[in-house]
Amino acid sequence: MMRAPLRPLARILEARAKGENPDAIERENRRLRHEATRDRARARAEGRLAVLALVVTLAFGAVGARMGSLAAVDPAEPQTAGGASSIVAQRADIVDREGRLLATNLLTHALYAQPALMVDPERSAAELAEIFPDLDPVRLAIDFTGKRKFLWIKKKISPEQMQKVHEIGDPGLLFGPREMRLYPNGAIAAHILGGAGFGREGVDSAEVIGTAGVEKTFDAWLRDPANGGAPLQLTIDLSVQSAVEDVLSGGMHLMNAKGAAAILMDARTGDIVALASLPDFDPNTRPQPLVKGDAGDSPLFNRAVQGVYELGSTFKIFAVAQALDLGLVSPSSMVDTKEPYYFGKFKITDFHYYGPELSVRDVIVKSSNIGTAHIALMLGKTRQQAFLKSLGFFEPTPVELVEAPGAKPLLPKKWADISTLTISYGHGLSASPLHLATAYAAIANGGVTVTPTLIRQASHPEGRRVMSEKTARIAREMLRGVVTEGTATMGDVPGYEVAGKTGTADKPKPGGGYYDDKVITTFAAMFPASDPRYVLVVSLDEPVETSGTEPRRTAGWTAVPVAAEIIRRAAPLLGLRPLVEPPAADKVTLVSN
Amino acid sequence: MRALLFVAAALSVLALAFWAYRENYRTQGELAAVRDLRTEIGSLRESLAVLRAEWAYLNRPDRLRELADINFPRLELLPLDPTQFGDPGEIPYPTPPAFDPDALALSDPVDTSAGTEGNP
Repeated sequence: MMRAPLRPLARILEARAKGENPDAIERENRRLRHEATRDRARARAEGRLAVLALVVTLAFGAVGARMGSLAAVDPAEPQTAGGASSIVAQRADIVDREGRLLATNLLTHALYAQPALMVDPERSAAELAEIFPDLDPVRLAIDFTGKRKFLWIKKKISPEQMQKVHEIGDPGLLFGPREMRLYPNGAIAAHILGGAGFGREGVDSAEVIGTAGVEKTFDAWLRDPANGGAPLQLTIDLSVQSAVEDVLSGGMHLMNAKGAAAILMDARTGDIVALASLPDFDPNTRPQPLVKGDAGDSPLFNRAVQGVYELGSTFKIFAVAQALDLGLVSPSSMVDTKEPYYFGKFKITDFHYYGPELSVRDVIVKSSNIGTAHIALMLGKTRQQAFLKSLGFFEPTPVELVEAPGAKPLLPKKWADISTLTISYGHGLSASPLHLATAYAAIANGGVTVTPTLIRQASHPEGRRVMSEKTARIAREMLRGVVTEGTATMGDVPGYEVAGKTGTADKPKPGGGYYDDKVITTFAAMFPASDPRYVLVVSLDEPVETSGTEPRRTAGWTAVPVAAEIIRRAAPLLGLRPLVEPPAADKVTLVSN
Repeated sequence: MRALLFVAAALSVLALAFWAYRENYRTQGELAAVRDLRTEIGSLRESLAVLRAEWAYLNRPDRLRELADINFPRLELLPLDPTQFGDPGEIPYPTPPAFDPDALALSDPVDTSAGTEGNP
């Protein structure tokens, strides 16, 4: 650019000729130059401001427009984003250890009415009552013609019933889709599954919530969409569970018992393969809980987990095992069994008189209360408590049922010396059959505790050692003796080397004291005895065996044959081959002349 | 030269606009197809769940046991029993074919004398 000179020679000369000051020309030119510079700078600054204003307006305008469109437009799911497997059922299925369905969902409909839309309310009420016999036509007609704007009629209806309601043709009768919980196997494993009902209900959908059992324990997990519809796998084996329930129900009726419970548990892992409690119910139509009477008599009551009973002589093996482990006795040590045995004012008796003394092994085989009491005296209160605590008899079982934490074992309020004696043979401490199965699993697997579980998992928590492997082996040999020559001879199943201990406990009266003719019989077993894989506990409530001349109530006559039949049916289903048992060694009879 | 450049730019804008228009409609079509497929998958899953439930219902142990009892004369099915386990030793080993001396008869034995030569 050409710069205009500040002192143009022509004008200077001209000014000098006129006698003017040429500096004025320079000042004038300098002023003009400054003004031009200022104008340029202003124009540039204004341009920049305009661009900035445009950018800010565009940016805020874009944000505002997006916000406006988001607010005004109906929300829609992004269609391109998201995986393809996003469609899953509302509530996850429950399957057994082989993947067979135990609980699933089924789409059905709920029926509701909007009386304002009804054409002929009285005829509709009458026809509805014909389709659903449990509805009262008079009550319905009152509801339909009254002030109500909306009412539910049925929560779940079948497609046939829906078609019939369609045929009534009243525009005021409407359907809402419902996902309902279905238990295809009916009453099998009812106490484990529990049941489900509707939570919050709307016209278009309803919340399905678990009401008991694993359905309630795992309610949040089953409803969590993050699991991608993966089923909840239980440790239960459907065919074994069915066989156990079948045999137990037959046994319960044969033995005239009013209730029964059975638990079949993997001795090494604590996996519960079958858990049955009778009487049972159908979880598809779960009955209402009893409002009066003993809750323990309700079919909803889980005797195997919730019921705490005095489990009788099945406890004797714990005292003996502990004494063996501490080195206080050996299987052949002799123990005093003289009758009568008084401890203070308390008299301890045996079922029969077994002579003045028995070996420790025979105390278990013949089930002597007096012998066990003497062994318990050697142990003392503190050590007995510590051992029973380590076997889990002081706490509710940790099994994944919502009912389990409520079943806390009943311990004596004051653990006196006499309590030590009675608890050693199973009186004075009430525990659930599941507690007993868990404790027997520790003897069966070589002395390590297990955690009972219903959920199939890859790894199991490491157990604590509560007795030496040698003690556990000796205890198992004694329990095997109970079956081969003791109180449970009916429990022998050829090929499966059953070992176990019977227990017959008088039922306590509600007011105190014990009934003479009401017992709870229990058989706690393990098989095969040489290397036990499974623990079975069978418990019958008030059984009477009446085939003989007088009624028999001992466990050997009631619980044991039922348990034997369960093992005979279940063991092959579990894939256990019967062992070819070695023939008994020839007995050498010592004679002297 | 400059005019040619303008015309070329305008033509390419037109072409791109046409391509974008086509792509837009094609995408919308694909999205609609995906939506339809999703709906179909949903309804298929629903009917699969019904079929699975029905399968489980028809195979429930109680019913199978009843059916086995009803059809006992024809099927003779009994509950699994410990005595039904077999031992591999109980299975007869395939017997070798009977020995035929004629098949081994040699017309011209060469080594019978050779075998005895070094062993007088």
